[in-house]
Amino acid sequence: MTANNYKNNLNKFQSLIALIILCIVLSLLSNKFFTASNGVNVLRQIAVNICVATGMTMIVLTAGIDLSVGSVLALCGAITAGLLKNGWQFPTLDLFVGFTLLGAILCAIIIGAFLGFFNGLVITKFKVPPFVATLAMLTIARGFTMLYTEGHPISNLGTSFAFIGAGSFIGIPIPVWIATVVVLIAVFITKKTKLGRYIYAIGGNENAAKLSGISINRVKLIVYSLGATLAAIGGIIVTSRLDSAQPNAGISYELDAIAAVVIGGTSLNGGRGSIWGTVIGAIIIGVLNNGLVLLNVSPFWQQVVKGAVILLAVIIDKIGDKKE
Amino acid sequence: MLEAKNISKQFSGIHALSNINLTLYPGKVNAIIGENGAGKSTLMKIFSGVYTQYEGQIIYQGNSIKFSGTKDAENAGIAIIHQELNLVPYLSIAENIFLGKELTNSFGMLDKNKMNNLSKQLLERLNFLIDPNTKIENLKIGQQQLVEIAKALHTNALVIIMDEPTSAISDKEVTNLFSIIAQLKNEGKTIVYISHKFIELFAIADNFVVLRDGTNIAAGLMQEATQESLIQQMSGRELKVQKKNLDTKSNIVLLSAKGIELQHPTIKLNMLLSNISFSLYKGEILGIYGLMGAGRTELMEVLFGLHPKKSKGTICIENEFKKISSPADAIKVGIALVPEDRKLQGLILNQSVSKNISLSILEKLEKWGLLLIGRKEKDLTEKYISKLSIKTAENNKSVEKLSGGNQQKVVLAKWLATNPKVLLLDEPTRGIDIQAKSEIYQLIKNLSAEGMGIILASSELPEILAVADRVIVMCEGEITANLKINETSEQEILTYAIQKN
Repeated sequence: MTANNYKNNLNKFQSLIALIILCIVLSLLSNKFFTASNGVNVLRQIAVNICVATGMTMIVLTAGIDLSVGSVLALCGAITAGLLKNGWQFPTLDLFVGFTLLGAILCAIIIGAFLGFFNGLVITKFKVPPFVATLAMLTIARGFTMLYTEGHPISNLGTSFAFIGAGSFIGIPIPVWIATVVVLIAVFITKKTKLGRYIYAIGGNENAAKLSGISINRVKLIVYSLGATLAAIGGIIVTSRLDSAQPNAGISYELDAIAAVVIGGTSLNGGRGSIWGTVIGAIIIGVLNNGLVLLNVSPFWQQVVKGAVILLAVIIDKIGDKKE
Repeated sequence: MLEAKNISKQFSGIHALSNINLTLYPGKVNAIIGENGAGKSTLMKIFSGVYTQYEGQIIYQGNSIKFSGTKDAENAGIAIIHQELNLVPYLSIAENIFLGKELTNSFGMLDKNKMNNLSKQLLERLNFLIDPNTKIENLKIGQQQLVEIAKALHTNALVIIMDEPTSAISDKEVTNLFSIIAQLKNEGKTIVYISHKFIELFAIADNFVVLRDGTNIAAGLMQEATQESLIQQMSGRELKVQKKNLDTKSNIVLLSAKGIELQHPTIKLNMLLSNISFSLYKGEILGIYGLMGAGRTELMEVLFGLHPKKSKGTICIENEFKKISSPADAIKVGIALVPEDRKLQGLILNQSVSKNISLSILEKLEKWGLLLIGRKEKDLTEKYISKLSIKTAENNKSVEKLSGGNQQKVVLAKWLATNPKVLLLDEPTRGIDIQAKSEIYQLIKNLSAEGMGIILASSELPEILAVADRVIVMCEGEITANLKINETSEQEILTYAIQKN
């Protein structure tokens, strides 16, 4: 019994152990790695992925997936920038609506939530598989981003907006604070609320969940909306950090998010995994990228290594499953 | 042709078959008759190499033989046509017939022409004139069955086992199937025919074997048997359970259903349930008995709000009309369903005992409508673990590691936690050991004594007789009888269950 528990705990913490080993190895290889400034640097780089991957985790826990987060991130970033800079113009009515910082941000978040809600609607009402529904949204949202920005970056958004991405509070960058709050809320939802239980139940056995009186559709609508909302927040951070909304921002961010989820031990079949796991997964990816840069490894090799780590994580997970 | 000698088979300590002895004759249609759970399918799975672990001997064509798998049995000439057909819908007839045995030409490429021609010849033997390129999904069930038979002919099967072949086909297709069976018989094939329908058995079978509780009870020539004698043999087990005294049952109606109908999910005109009306009294255990396909499970599902769009009829709880169009509605009016398949429908297998028990009443464990309180959940779980004596080392052990009986108790606990007025139990003791079974029976009786109304759908007559106060017998989606348990007998119930045939 105790041996079994010990093994279970080992399984639970294997990504954390991997992270620690990775950090030790990198500290031995490079004396620039284990410094406070580099640590802050890594956290700043992964903050956006942590936001996006947190939403992705909740979706994957229901046995779903969201491929549209990168495009939603770009669109919402562009909308924030556009509203801040140009407001909302209705030339035919000769009307101009200007936006405050908070107004622009709220507007972008609401649009993000709506896009996720739309994903959820397509998935629940029309029974379109999540992969296909969100693949379509990936293209649609990217198209709207191009239309809205007319293919050009929207830049020079003002210092108060730039503070979100570049500023810091007691030495820690604002994006890291945002990611921390996002993670804490998500941990609370998944561990301590009815919604969290339902998310795990649906991923564990949708049929049984349905027979238990759970409204499957409502839960799915909520998680897809949450996922896209977090993507929108990520978009605002990215835009602010660059002080510019790029029409091709966020490309392949969905893959980074999924990679963090998987490395963190969440099963793509749903029902198994955790937010903390994803956070560690995102940190592993971040540390790996950072370490490889410090070691002057070619960026092309970095991609190979990242892929290999994902494979390794999943294979170790599978072997653990089989032993049980 | 094929002979079974002292065949026994156990599933985790429970005898599914014990000392089966029977002989199947070539050039004859051999009927295997028995109730659900009598051991028919287990025996057929041994013959066709699905189960390779068993005691006893199979004598095939004079030699003792032991199949190492289904492929082995197929090569030896035994083909089985399952009730649910095993064809790939998006492939053509020819591709299905040759699946896994594809013919290639000298370049190693698929020889489509040859396969099509051979398929055509096989189909012609069955008087089935159709282009072998037709996709299976475009065929009717009866036609698909012919493709299965063609597949069996292609492997030169000597023994063809048909499991309930007429359960899903029209009368005209049945006539056609029978003429094909007659033809195969004349070719000297051994046909094994499993069916519940007596009219068919008398029309087509030459010999019969009756199985009951995993043993062979009787065998003989069909023409010397009568329907009454067969029913007697199918059911005539000694009753180990005493009849109950029904005196103190109340006459307060808890649930009443009127005119319940259910459409087939794809075929509109086909009714899975029609004209179902009945009442359930407070403190009553109402059994629902029927053979395969009678509609027991479907009735439970309608009562639980799982078919809001396909079903009709009214359901009243305590004389008050309730609209039940989802499980959530059903739970709200006090109905709980312990579903047929606990692993697929009852449990979240990778989650703990306590998370499973609390799943349908989480709102009762909340503070400020948001936060779940672990303390309350722990109390709830411990209450039911002791009440139902669930054997689990820890509450947070995942339920997949529990035995079948304890898993079923977790499902029961989950539903008792909702404080239902009406408890629907669909095959509550399937696949669990005798100890757990009797504990569950006792629990059901206690619950009814506390005033809960219980509907127990079961395919096992002894279970109904042991537990229920009254039994509704169903046949092909309709109620054929409503009997008091202490005024009826197994024979009578079975007669009603097969009435329509």
